Amino acid sequence: MNGPIGKPTPSIDGVQKVTGQAMYTDDLRFPNMLFVGLLRSPYAHARIKHIDTSVAKADLDVAAVTVGTDLPISFGVLAISPDENAMAVEKVRYVGEIVAAVAAETMEAARNGVKKIIVEYEPLREFLDPHESLETCREDEQIHSHTKDNKNIHKTAELRFNEPEKALGNSSFQRKESFKFAGVTHAFTEPHSTIAIWNGDETLTVISATQVPHYLHKNLSKVLELPMHRIQVKKPALGGGFGGKSDPFPHEMITAYLSMKTRRPVKCTFSREEVFITNHGRHPTQIEMSVGCDDDGKIIALDTDVIIDGGAYGSFGVVTSYYNGVLLQGPYKIDKFGFRTRRTYTNKPQCGAMRGHGAVNPRYAIEVILDMLSHDMDMDPCDLRQINFLPENTLTVGQLRITSNGVQDCLKAVRKKSDWDNRYRKLPYGRGLGVACGFFISGSALPIIWNRYPQTVVHAKLDFDGRVVMFSGASDIGQGSDTLLVQIAAEELGIPMDFVQVETADTKTTPVDLGSYSSRVTFMAGNAAKVAAEKIRNELACAIANEKGVPVDDICFSNGKIFTDDGTLDILWEDGVEIAMAGRGSFVKSGYYISPKMGGDFKGAGAGQSPAYSFGAFISEVVVNSDTGAVNVEKVWAAHDCGKALNPLAVEGQIEGSIHMGLGQVVSEDMRYEKGQIMNANFFDYRIPYSVDTPEMDVTIIESNDEEGPYGAKEAGEGPIHPVLPSIGNAIFDAVGIRMTELPLTPEKILAKIQEKN
Amino acid sequence: MEKIQLSINGSVRTILIDSHETILETLRNRLNLTGTKQCCNEGTCGSCTILLDGKPVLGCLTLANRCVDKEIVTIEGVSPGNDLHPVQKYLVQDGGLQCGFCTPGVVMTSIPFLEKNPNPSRAEIREGIAGNLCRCTGYKKIIEAIEDAAEEMNR
Repeated sequence: MNGPIGKPTPSIDGVQKVTGQAMYTDDLRFPNMLFVGLLRSPYAHARIKHIDTSVAKADLDVAAVTVGTDLPISFGVLAISPDENAMAVEKVRYVGEIVAAVAAETMEAARNGVKKIIVEYEPLREFLDPHESLETCREDEQIHSHTKDNKNIHKTAELRFNEPEKALGNSSFQRKESFKFAGVTHAFTEPHSTIAIWNGDETLTVISATQVPHYLHKNLSKVLELPMHRIQVKKPALGGGFGGKSDPFPHEMITAYLSMKTRRPVKCTFSREEVFITNHGRHPTQIEMSVGCDDDGKIIALDTDVIIDGGAYGSFGVVTSYYNGVLLQGPYKIDKFGFRTRRTYTNKPQCGAMRGHGAVNPRYAIEVILDMLSHDMDMDPCDLRQINFLPENTLTVGQLRITSNGVQDCLKAVRKKSDWDNRYRKLPYGRGLGVACGFFISGSALPIIWNRYPQTVVHAKLDFDGRVVMFSGASDIGQGSDTLLVQIAAEELGIPMDFVQVETADTKTTPVDLGSYSSRVTFMAGNAAKVAAEKIRNELACAIANEKGVPVDDICFSNGKIFTDDGTLDILWEDGVEIAMAGRGSFVKSGYYISPKMGGDFKGAGAGQSPAYSFGAFISEVVVNSDTGAVNVEKVWAAHDCGKALNPLAVEGQIEGSIHMGLGQVVSEDMRYEKGQIMNANFFDYRIPYSVDTPEMDVTIIESNDEEGPYGAKEAGEGPIHPVLPSIGNAIFDAVGIRMTELPLTPEKILAKIQEKN
Repeated sequence: MEKIQLSINGSVRTILIDSHETILETLRNRLNLTGTKQCCNEGTCGSCTILLDGKPVLGCLTLANRCVDKEIVTIEGVSPGNDLHPVQKYLVQDGGLQCGFCTPGVVMTSIPFLEKNPNPSRAEIREGIAGNLCRCTGYKKIIEAIEDAAEEMNR
């Protein structure tokens, strides 16, 4: 490869971002624009008896007021559980749920207008703990009327293969352990923000901080009862998502509706507290897991039972429920395998998809149990893992199709770099090393809304000016997908990157892409972009071959030139463009990506299916202060198999960011509630690691070159978070000999365990 | 409302403000200087950092009328029409930004930091940007960018 693919490539929008010129949603303003204020519920579970909006409506600065009954059609990111409304209808289900909204001339007038709305509530029994929801909910007390058996169970996901429970009883070494994980949230820096504009031609433009313009587009159409061809959704620069901007949101529906109603531009931007209340973060989780090995250390069976606390609405919860189980099928070969996940509704802000979706907590559990088993059988934990790895090109017990697999190389790399063999179990008391592995999907093979379309389409347009514009619905949320599209076109056409520009994430001008979630964009949009650019190149080559009388297969594109190796053809890119445009002008070529058919024919077989899987192995070194219980993660050696690093700078950035986010969950982050009220909706009390808390990071990229990935690439955005947490948990055991099974691993919990042990 | 004069990025602006308004609100909402970001609005993230007489302050905790008779520099005033400041250049080149939302605050913190500490150690850089929340990068490449900027500025 002669072009930018595989070379560290700075973001194409980097200069705009360092100079303050990049425009995020809240930076945009329009003439005559109104501002939204939202009235939120003070109750966790209550019937709405009456709403009086008359005083608010009489306010001269208030242009419109709206309540739940104005938008009665429910929605949700998954078509199978559309259980949320733009504003609460009949009852509220969590503290902070939106009950009414005001559009006013200024932000201050909107806040004042909200205060003038009077709501009468009748409190209902609150379910704040998942066990109450599972065990004590009586008839007619349910949070949602659609749940079965008078219980607050949103989803039970269960798969079993080859009777794992029988095999566990017969295994030579067995561990059954319980784990508890606090909920954590994305904490992206840009608060949610949406602008809606009702246009003179009776169309609606919604500009929003969203990871998935397409799903927002679909759900706006449903809730507003406006056909999709009259709605445009655009994503400007976006300040981080991590899954937290991948659902369509109530405030987006409300802002759009208020714009339709007032026929004026309307803006809604959240406060930081509102961002925390909106949540959609990782589910609080309880896991019971059993793993058995034979005499040689081969894993023979795994069985697990999981309860996830979903909060008041569905979000991605059905998928989360499956991912808590099915993504335990790798990177180890386990032939007797079973899980059950129950997702409960509770009266708290909803949980959804967050980096590493559904698989992060069970990954902690299995990796800690494997560490325990390695001690039980006096075997090195790296060796135990190594003998159990899945090979390349195999099927897991639940028929996940594993293709390229670099996990062996990942483990070898971190083992060597950390000097594991000379240091593990040999460090002084208080200092320890821990290892863990992981794997993750490169996009879901099945779209979450079933259809017959490809998962992404990319158009490449070539014009007289020699410029190529890549049109893609893919959302750059900071991960660098816009830069990737440019790299691919420049690579395929042999032109400098400045000849290529992008138009992305605009449902009016760009073809549908399913969005930036489940680590799908590099693999899927990357493949589609490559095909589109290849077609442009072929079109040019044919025209040039025809005019210049050279064999089409001999024509090369590189460094802004079009030539044959024998020298009979040697022209500039611009001259080639002129030849191809003769008599026809500008043209557009398209590429698409659609996953191959895969998976078994049992119910739930589609969950976790992906065209390729990333793999990783991490080793962490920690220092534990046995007097205070404080943990300092000093260094993390991270090796991740991303197939092929199309942009090593971006891949490293994803791995380093994953270490940061994993560290936060394992040592300090915790969504705390009292009586349904979030207690730490700010960055003082919700403790995220800052620069001084961040460990030294040693990143190794392993390239297994996947056959189906673009240039061999797989994902890198989510897989690297999985091994972070358990590698730290296992390092704490090596340091002070305690097993931490409840996250976050706060000093209090660690000190209590140390004291218990001594 | 009160009428005040502010010196921003070298130009003097006369504006009407509310007495309780922060300079962050003034910059973003009245002057359309939206490069300064509002992330937490309570002094915990550093995204709204600006320079007041050369010192970094948090725009969300500084009242606009306390900025009278002082020189304000925002991200828009760091390298107007010129080459990028080395901090900006290396944040781009080294991958010290992803979503970019915290980036203006990182730039506005790093520039006065490097003026005070032209040869910072890695530990000093970590301390220097300890008030800037970045959720994307894990800080590694931000720290490397500041190191590279220091090196270039010392050449």
